Amino acid sequence: MSMGKPLPHDAAPLHVTGQARYVDDIPLPADALHLAFGLSTIAHGAISAMDLSAVRTAPGVVAVWSATDFDTMPDCSPSAHDEPLLSTGAVLYLGQPLFLVMADSHLAARRAARLAQVTYDVRPAILTVDEALAANSRFEDGPVIWSKGDADRAIANAPRQLEGRFEVGGQEHFYLEGQIAAALPLEGGDILIHSSTQHPTEIQHKVAHALHLPMASVRVEVRRMGGGFGGKESQGNALAIACAVAATRLGRPAKMRYDRDDDMMITGKRHDLRIQYRAGFDDQGRVTGVEFTHLIRCGWSQDLSLPVADRAMLHADNCYHLPHIRIESHRLKTHTQSATAFRGFGGPQGMIGIERVMDHIAHALGRDPLAVRRANFYRSAEEEGALPPALTRSPQDIFEQMKGQQTTPYGMAVEDFVGDALVAQLEDSAGYAQRRAEIAAWNASSPVLKRGIALTPVKFGISFTLTHLNQAGALVHVYQDGSIHLNHGGTEMGQGLFQKVAQVAAGVFGVDPQAVKITATDTAKVPNTSATAASSGSDLNGMAAQAACVTIRDRMAEFIAEKHQVAAGAVRFAEGMVRVAGEAYPFARVAQWAYEARVSLSSTGFYATPKLQWDRKAGKGRPFLYFAYGAAVTEVVIDTLTGENRILRADLLHDTGNSLNPALDIGQIEGAYVQGAGWLTTEELVWDGKGALRTHAPSTYKIPACSDRPEVFNVALWGRPNREATVGKSKAVGEPPFMLGISALMALSDAVAACGPGYPALDAPATAERVLAAIQRVQRDA
Amino acid sequence: MSEIAFLLNGTPVRVGGESPTRTLLDWLRERPGLTGTKEGCNEGDCGACTVMVTDATGSRALNACILFLPQLQGKAIRTVEGISGPNGQLHPVQTEMIAHHGSQCGFCTPGFIVSMATAHLNGQTDHDDQLAGNLCRCTGYAPIIRAAKAAETAPVPDWMKTDADVICSKISSGGEAAGRGGQTAPLPAFRPATSDELAAWYAQNPTATLIAGATDVGLWVTKQLRDLAPVAFLNGIADMARIDHKGDSLRIGAGVTIADLRRAVAPLHPSFAELMRRYSSEQVRNAATIGGNIANGSPIGDGPPALIALGATLHLRHGETRRALPLEDFFLDYRKQDRKPGEFVEAVTIPAHAPGLRCYKLSKRFDQDISAVLGCFNLTITEGVVTAARIAFGGMAGVPKRASRVEAALIGQPFTLASASQCAPLMAQDFAPMTDMRASAAYRLTTAQNMLIRYFHDLAGTPVSVLEVRA
Repeated sequence: MSMGKPLPHDAAPLHVTGQARYVDDIPLPADALHLAFGLSTIAHGAISAMDLSAVRTAPGVVAVWSATDFDTMPDCSPSAHDEPLLSTGAVLYLGQPLFLVMADSHLAARRAARLAQVTYDVRPAILTVDEALAANSRFEDGPVIWSKGDADRAIANAPRQLEGRFEVGGQEHFYLEGQIAAALPLEGGDILIHSSTQHPTEIQHKVAHALHLPMASVRVEVRRMGGGFGGKESQGNALAIACAVAATRLGRPAKMRYDRDDDMMITGKRHDLRIQYRAGFDDQGRVTGVEFTHLIRCGWSQDLSLPVADRAMLHADNCYHLPHIRIESHRLKTHTQSATAFRGFGGPQGMIGIERVMDHIAHALGRDPLAVRRANFYRSAEEEGALPPALTRSPQDIFEQMKGQQTTPYGMAVEDFVGDALVAQLEDSAGYAQRRAEIAAWNASSPVLKRGIALTPVKFGISFTLTHLNQAGALVHVYQDGSIHLNHGGTEMGQGLFQKVAQVAAGVFGVDPQAVKITATDTAKVPNTSATAASSGSDLNGMAAQAACVTIRDRMAEFIAEKHQVAAGAVRFAEGMVRVAGEAYPFARVAQWAYEARVSLSSTGFYATPKLQWDRKAGKGRPFLYFAYGAAVTEVVIDTLTGENRILRADLLHDTGNSLNPALDIGQIEGAYVQGAGWLTTEELVWDGKGALRTHAPSTYKIPACSDRPEVFNVALWGRPNREATVGKSKAVGEPPFMLGISALMALSDAVAACGPGYPALDAPATAERVLAAIQRVQRDA
Repeated sequence: MSEIAFLLNGTPVRVGGESPTRTLLDWLRERPGLTGTKEGCNEGDCGACTVMVTDATGSRALNACILFLPQLQGKAIRTVEGISGPNGQLHPVQTEMIAHHGSQCGFCTPGFIVSMATAHLNGQTDHDDQLAGNLCRCTGYAPIIRAAKAAETAPVPDWMKTDADVICSKISSGGEAAGRGGQTAPLPAFRPATSDELAAWYAQNPTATLIAGATDVGLWVTKQLRDLAPVAFLNGIADMARIDHKGDSLRIGAGVTIADLRRAVAPLHPSFAELMRRYSSEQVRNAATIGGNIANGSPIGDGPPALIALGATLHLRHGETRRALPLEDFFLDYRKQDRKPGEFVEAVTIPAHAPGLRCYKLSKRFDQDISAVLGCFNLTITEGVVTAARIAFGGMAGVPKRASRVEAALIGQPFTLASASQCAPLMAQDFAPMTDMRASAAYRLTTAQNMLIRYFHDLAGTPVSVLEVRA
């Protein structure tokens, strides 16, 4: 059985030898055009004059187009049709594409793009959430409000109350391979697109729309991306459209890749937000009522901001049963890059709010934050039916207790909660209690440096919240020589999806995974695919591929069974052999016979996630098939003179169900933790007062480097099967472990709390500067 | 110069007809079509374009995106395609990267492989430092380090061993002109072999751009898209790449790389060497020169504050005229130095002993980051009393600058926590720092003051750096 084996990434031998081919490595004909955008230099206003003559006459330039060169401006938006490829007069952020240069080299296009003379009618820009609130600049008519119980009354009646405000920064994806697309004109006006995208169908759809072609005339192929992280869910549209239009109009292949600085200036990032909270709780730290307000900076266009903000609301509870809760979400429109999908898709922003509340309550009570967290956990799945602690007595709670099930703020029964058991195991393996005591002793004798430790849990909902996206297709061929061609709608961005699905396919046919040919994602093979996003890649495509393989295998079994006059169910596929009626034939021979007997050896497969029912307007239902769980203990050290800080150790325990490939899953978990910790520590996006992003290159925007990973880094899998019928009883792994990084911020809060009596109220990212400010704050609040 | 010649993965190559500021990365990808070397940032910060460059002084990892073709004259280049053996055998670091799941999206991987193979060849096992210039966004680095450790004990494959004699003989034996159409027009660039040649030429061409390591000038081309002609490449000047011990001082040639400087000062000035460890990345330290770091005049360069705290003397040369001045006097104003047209930095002299020197670098990220504040302290304390003080900062003004008022207040006082605390606020009279994307003015001033407190604790033997703490 190939499922569950810790096999290397299928492309690892190509990666390490430099042979893995990315879009920029695909040889193009010598007459290929290279494209670059000219960008706006103001955040808000209108173009009053644009002189492109110097651009046109620059060396190597073939053509230059602006709004006047289009009858209808192509749209790049994945949602609201509000992203013109080029400005049609209005400038809505600094870095917005104004015109398009086509030249005979990448460098020539970039050079020419700098030569435009643009004058603007500059208008005041809305840059911050405060400015946006003041101007009522937002998407949708007003805030989205979901509630359960009566939070206001519960807080008022609680023995204790607190409130706070928490600024949480955004995050640049910093995929190592920047955005890129290439277009090759085909006969009859058709077109082939190579794109570094998580969403080939979206590229196909947008290119077809821009060219006024049916989708069937556009083919999009994606072999791999050099990283995606959500940043290639919608942000590649503009490049693919630009290339498609150029290739179609000029009859030459066209390629566009953003230079890194352009990439960071043009494309969206993780949504930053301000979280305001108010909580009522008892002396044990049990939350009886809580209110959150999310002020989310969405940028200039809608993009994916609404579902991102929804998912933030859907994760406001994390692992905690909150009987009375109200969440108010403002999706604010600003003159900045359009914030977009990023690993977790709003989940981290929602989850970090309740983790902050737990930390704040623990500080107010002088209790170990873990004890407070534990006091609020959902009831364990294993204790289903056991009486919960009699504390809250609202009618809704009593109803829930009668049912024996607790529900989320959006009314979904939490049937699979393993957070308590998982946390207990991690607490033990990480030596949390002992280390907490040791750290307190160490801090008492260390005047300059202080340590901190924190354990935080994760519960992350798995499924697209737009229910119809929870479908996938696959196409599998068995050739007459027994070789297997695997194709599905998922894209490979490094997560190992192709390898995992190949292991599923190999398992069905009983062959070695090496015998399964992994092929590029191609809209001509599998249509109408969803983005490889929401951690859904292996859940959806694994099931679809499995279905396709089972169809073919059953046909082969039926054929060979009939030949041997036995029941098809008696045929076994294992170890590269087909066993029937005491005979064992190589898989290839059976394939050859089946071909000769005119048995179809090709099949599609399809999967639609069951059980989902979600009313977004009401904020009620079951948006998720299941939850993925995890927990992390992080230990940090800070310098009280400079605020410098470092992660010393991290212990992670994460739930991937029955892992399809433990090596790949551990890789996802380790990488996600470091990326999550980066979000909350060194990765700071800075805009100036004019709306210019000042951190637009790795020289100024600092993702974790090698030495930033925890020196002691223990990672383990929880290893119990998913209770839902997912592929191999596995669980999704792409996003959930990202939120393990929250433990790093909470450990920093713990260390700062050792410096004085006040509450650290540490904002994110906790740069050295913010940590020092928090130290000064807790000392001042003496 | 005429065309240039080098070895590319063991094969002699001659290049002409290219701009002298054509980068190796663009050339590799567009001419021979070696697309294994990737562009991640085009400014020397991500390491996806790392190549190994070998000459008589050894093999080192360099960023191909900010390496100009004329800098490669007479050298041997190995790209990721040349890390595997001639028959496709995997290098031990490649085998271990596969076995330890060290690649996910794979885009950074070629750069990591070249850095790892170079470190492996050189017997370097300080992996965090060797790989600080290679960014990975997928793995969190842990499996890459596991792979690097696992490969430590494997022997260096034969194909990785290239000695200087072989390079010279192979290059001189000719080789195919590379490139479409086999253009061999001369590269319009000057590449002097001696400082005398440079002095004479630069006096005649005072508007020229001098390029040593190209770690900053490279960005003038790749990011600012500037034309730099005329240009001179200084990395062939052997007499400027020397470090001479003269009695109690070290004369450091302007062409000495940060990597070589770090090695040379490690036994003398450990705190300065530790600062040089955090000076950008391995790839940049291997290219960047101390002369470039000074002449560039940046207010946030990591070399000058330490050198000023040491009491360095700068040696300038114009034609046959030489002059010397205290380094701090060279920096007149933001990006303005006391350097006449045609005059260049030839060397810098520092004392061999300064037991009181401590260098403190603050940046958002520990490795490969530009300093927000860099404070270098060098007090002479005789019988408990401060008798001499040199305190210099980067990031606090438009130039690297001494904290004169703090220095004056300290002299004659016993150095105690009380006196340090009393003098620290005077930083506010010495500096009026700015707010930018790296830090606010207030943070810069507070930490500059706190660094004096840290210096006291440091001299007293109290742990003061989070880098010293282990889990």
